[in-house]
Amino acid sequence: MKDVSIFDIFLEFLIIGATSFGGVVPYLRGSLVTKRHWIDDKEFVEMLSISQSLPGLNATNMAILVGEKLRGALGSIAGIIGICLPGAVLMYVVGHYYRIHGDHIWITAALKGVAAAAVGLILSTVVGLSKKSLAGKFDFVFMALTVIAVNRLHLGVPRTLVGVGLLAILFHYPRKDQKESAAQ
Amino acid sequence: MNQIPALVRVFAYLSLLTVGGGMAAFPEMKILTVEVHKWLTFPQLIHLYSVGQMAPGPNMMMIVSIGEWAGGMLGAIVVLVAFFGPTAVLAFVVARGWKKLEKWPWRTSIQQGLAPVSIGLLLAGCFTMAKGAITGVETGAIAVGVLLILLQYKVNPALLVVGGAVVGVLSFMPK
Repeated sequence: MKDVSIFDIFLEFLIIGATSFGGVVPYLRGSLVTKRHWIDDKEFVEMLSISQSLPGLNATNMAILVGEKLRGALGSIAGIIGICLPGAVLMYVVGHYYRIHGDHIWITAALKGVAAAAVGLILSTVVGLSKKSLAGKFDFVFMALTVIAVNRLHLGVPRTLVGVGLLAILFHYPRKDQKESAAQ
Repeated sequence: MNQIPALVRVFAYLSLLTVGGGMAAFPEMKILTVEVHKWLTFPQLIHLYSVGQMAPGPNMMMIVSIGEWAGGMLGAIVVLVAFFGPTAVLAFVVARGWKKLEKWPWRTSIQQGLAPVSIGLLLAGCFTMAKGAITGVETGAIAVGVLLILLQYKVNPALLVVGGAVVGVLSFMPK
C-alpha cells in the first residue's frame, strides 16, 4: 500500500466523483475493491457501515476513511476533494443558469417531474435500507417515532436524533444473545 | 449584506445532522435557508435538490448553488467547506480510533440503534420534500412509478430522474 501516491488517490476519487451517476456506493466498490485493490471486500463493507453510522454523506465519509487508510491525513484530503469537485463544479454552473432561466415554462414543467421522481427515489432508498438494516418490529417503532417527532411534533432534527437515538441505542444495549435476538 | 458568516453557521450546523445521509438534514435545511435566511424559495430548494440527484458524486452538491446565490463564488466555496469539513474531521478521528473500539460492546448497540433513526430521518426529509413536490395526480403517479420501477428492476436511478423530467414536460407544458 505504500506505493499509492496522493495524486493517485485524488485522481481515482475524481473519476468516481465525475462518473457516479445515480448513487456513489456501487462505483466506490468497483473502483476501490475491484479495479485498484486498495481495500478488500470485507474492509469495504466495514468502512461503509462506519460511514453510515456517522454524520456525513456515505460518499465523503468513505473518501475520508479510504484516504486515511492509504496515506493518512493528506490521503483523506485528496480523496474528499476529488470526489466532491466534479459535482460541485457542475452544480455551480447548473445553479447559476437555473437562477437566470428557472422560470421558463418548459424548465418549470421538467422540474416538476424531476422533483416527483426524486421523491420516488428517496422512498425506494427507505425501503431498501429498511429491508437491510431493520431488525424486529421495535426498529419500525423507532423509525415511526423519528418521523412523528420531526414532521408532526416539529421537535427538530437534533432533539429527535438525541432523544429517539438514545432510546434506540439503549434498547439495543449490549447483551450476550444479541445476534440471536436481532435475527428474529 | 454579507451572508458569508450566516452561510458558515447554517451549513456547519446542517453538516452534523446528516446522520444516514444528506436527506436527514432536509427539514432543517428548509427552515434555515428558506424561512429564516430567505436565500431561496421552497420550490427552488426542491428543484435544486432534485436536479442534484442527476449529478454524479455526493448527492448534496446542490448546497453549492445555494452558496453561490447567497454569496457568489466565495459563498459556494465557504458552503462546501462548512458542510463537509466538520463531518470529515469526525470521520477521520473515528477512522483512527475505530479499531480500538472493536471490542467495545456498545459499538454494535450504537450501530443497531442509529439504523432505524437514520432511516426515519430519511423518511421525514422525504415527507417534507413531498409536501412541495407532490402537488397532484400526475406528480404522485411519477413518484409511485419511480418507486415501483426501482423496487422491481435494477435501473440506474439517475436515468429515472431524467425520465421524470421528460414526463414532466409532457404533462405540464401548456398545450
